Amino acid sequence: MTAAACGHEGAASISSSEGLLRLGLVGSPNSGKTTIFNALTGLRAKVGNYPGVTVERREGGADLDGHRAILIDLPGTYSLAPVSEDEAVVSRLLAGELEGVEPPDALVVVADACSLERSLLLVAQVLRLGRPSCLVLTMTDELVARGGKLDVARLEAAVGIPVVPVIGHRGIGLDRLKRILGHPEGWSRPPILPPASAIERGAWAESVLAHVLVRRPGRSGVTDAVDRVLLHPVAGVLVFAAVMVLFFQLIFAWAQPAMDAIDAGVGVTSGALRAALPPGIATDLLVDGIVAGVGSVIVFLPQIVLLLGLLHLLDDLGYMARAAFVIDRVMGWIGLEGRAFVSLLSSYACAVPGIMATRTIPSSRDRIVTILVSPLMTCSARLPVYALLIAAFVPARAVFGPVGLQGLVLLGLYLLGSLSALVVAALLKRTLFPGEGLPFYMELPPYRVPTLRLVATQVWGGARSFLKRAGTIILLVSILLWGLLNFPRVDPPPDLAPEAARSYAMEQSVAGRLGHALEPVLTPLGFDWKIGVGLVASLAAREVIIATLAQIYATTDEDASLREAIRSDVHPDTGRPVFTPGTVAALLVFFVFALQCTSTLAVMRRETNSWRWPAFAFSYLLALAYGASYLVHRVVDAFWT
Amino acid sequence: MAATPLSPISFAPSPVRSRVSETEHVGLDALEPGERGVVHGMRGDGPIERRLQDLGLLPGTRVLVLRRAPLGDPIEYELRGYRLCLRRTEARRVLVDRSPAPVAAPSPSRRK
Repeated sequence: MTAAACGHEGAASISSSEGLLRLGLVGSPNSGKTTIFNALTGLRAKVGNYPGVTVERREGGADLDGHRAILIDLPGTYSLAPVSEDEAVVSRLLAGELEGVEPPDALVVVADACSLERSLLLVAQVLRLGRPSCLVLTMTDELVARGGKLDVARLEAAVGIPVVPVIGHRGIGLDRLKRILGHPEGWSRPPILPPASAIERGAWAESVLAHVLVRRPGRSGVTDAVDRVLLHPVAGVLVFAAVMVLFFQLIFAWAQPAMDAIDAGVGVTSGALRAALPPGIATDLLVDGIVAGVGSVIVFLPQIVLLLGLLHLLDDLGYMARAAFVIDRVMGWIGLEGRAFVSLLSSYACAVPGIMATRTIPSSRDRIVTILVSPLMTCSARLPVYALLIAAFVPARAVFGPVGLQGLVLLGLYLLGSLSALVVAALLKRTLFPGEGLPFYMELPPYRVPTLRLVATQVWGGARSFLKRAGTIILLVSILLWGLLNFPRVDPPPDLAPEAARSYAMEQSVAGRLGHALEPVLTPLGFDWKIGVGLVASLAAREVIIATLAQIYATTDEDASLREAIRSDVHPDTGRPVFTPGTVAALLVFFVFALQCTSTLAVMRRETNSWRWPAFAFSYLLALAYGASYLVHRVVDAFWT
Repeated sequence: MAATPLSPISFAPSPVRSRVSETEHVGLDALEPGERGVVHGMRGDGPIERRLQDLGLLPGTRVLVLRRAPLGDPIEYELRGYRLCLRRTEARRVLVDRSPAPVAAPSPSRRK
């Protein structure tokens, strides 16, 4: 029995403003909904394996058997009775109460065939909305592999709507799905709606299931076996810690060759441009402003790609939910919950998606606390800064087996940020935001082999957004800074050597004067005016400090890489190195704490609907950064020299 | 107590229910890993309870306690073909009938 064949007369007139059919995808987290969305729209969208990842409403155009349609990817939910802001959006959207958003003409419920027993509860709620609906069954291959058997024809008859089994990641069943989705006017409608009360819904689901489930799937043997280790009281914690150590060690070690290659490429490009173009202000702008600025950011793309790749791999594998299970008690101690961990973990990549992921947290107090501490999680924009300073000043020495000193320092910085976030969150919960604990529930999905294409799509999405930032904010700031560093143009005393003359011109520039003006404040931290200029510039975005330093040092030494330049830089007066161990440590610690990111402030403003919280976050983090850097500088220099 | 008595609803196997209907209801958090129970109802009637119901913790639902997290909380349950973690505070809201220790020892890989 196909959907078209059993069509009730098209009772529902599928109305649409632009003549385009609007289909809403509804489903629980881990149902494979986003995979279906991607397969139908071809849009680059993130697909997660952790409950709560699908927080944004996304739409995409799809070609359904010759019909153009808009697919709306609704946030993953277990129920249409909302308990969080996220879920309220879904129910309001479905009810047509969301301003500016047209409700979908028809609904597509996506359900994991292996947990149909639970998914039918959501199906029942959707059916009661009275819109044309259809059910897509995912993971049917997994159902078979686990020895289960489902009678799809009987399911269609029992529920009363079309049922389409698919294997989303292999594209099986998608053609038929497209044909059916293109014609919602032909979808069968249930003769009797499922009951309204939760308890009766349960009975309804049981009776449907008893009718259609020929053989119940066994438990996933792999998941059982793996969980016995990964969730073991001792082994699970050890694995959790080991995964984190390995994570950072691998990122740091593997990225180096690619970074060196890009570094060299940028150097060659600059050299070629300088050779080909006539000397002058335009060439200076192109080479020192644009190529150097953007190049210094792109060079760190390998690390970002590796970080995102590992993060998504673990997520799609199903490990992130396990990590939250292991860590939830700790989050409970500081007054937050597992989903805050996901948000904070996302902030490792970037605080912007991390802050947006807090929408899944039902309590607004917990939400604000999580938002306020998310900038403390070490985001990927800090990685270039850490990498530069660590590579330049920390010896590449093996400490224990393959674990090197550089990797350990990086790990230490990550830990410092993470622990500070937990401490600050606990303090905020006890002072500004006292409140009850959140209801906590989380599904542990079966382990699933991630498809490389999916991971690649996710990584590309993340890398692209990083590059977009590099291409817009950073390029603009690079050009602005080039202006600040080169104007006003002064004539140096005629007897100076060319390098010294450039340095002189730089010190006389707007940026140089600003750096000097800040020196009284920066000297206690061990920073000179050049670092001061970099810090001012980094208020736009952390990684801009690299472009800035590259520009400052390009004026004194064009050929050596930035790493060499900062390593060999000495105070003109004393002849001592600018970057002493204390200065390097203080600068690293400053970057652990300070909120130097325009995008983060903007998204905080948007999510809290007030400038109050971004202002608060910026101030407390700046105070923290200054205080910690001061202490570290004093302590390290006292012991090192 | 807001727990609704079971309505006579047809869903497949019921001998378990009748056997335990006389025992006392305990919170879901009181079950030890490896123990099974059948949901009786909820202790209250708030949004959290409603959400727990929507997650499938409905009267008659069989629940198996899989394990506790390494630090003791949350607890992983298996019900309705999936695995759900709840903290003790939420699990306590769910009233269950403790299933007697399996006499005819059902294989752990197949429920009921």
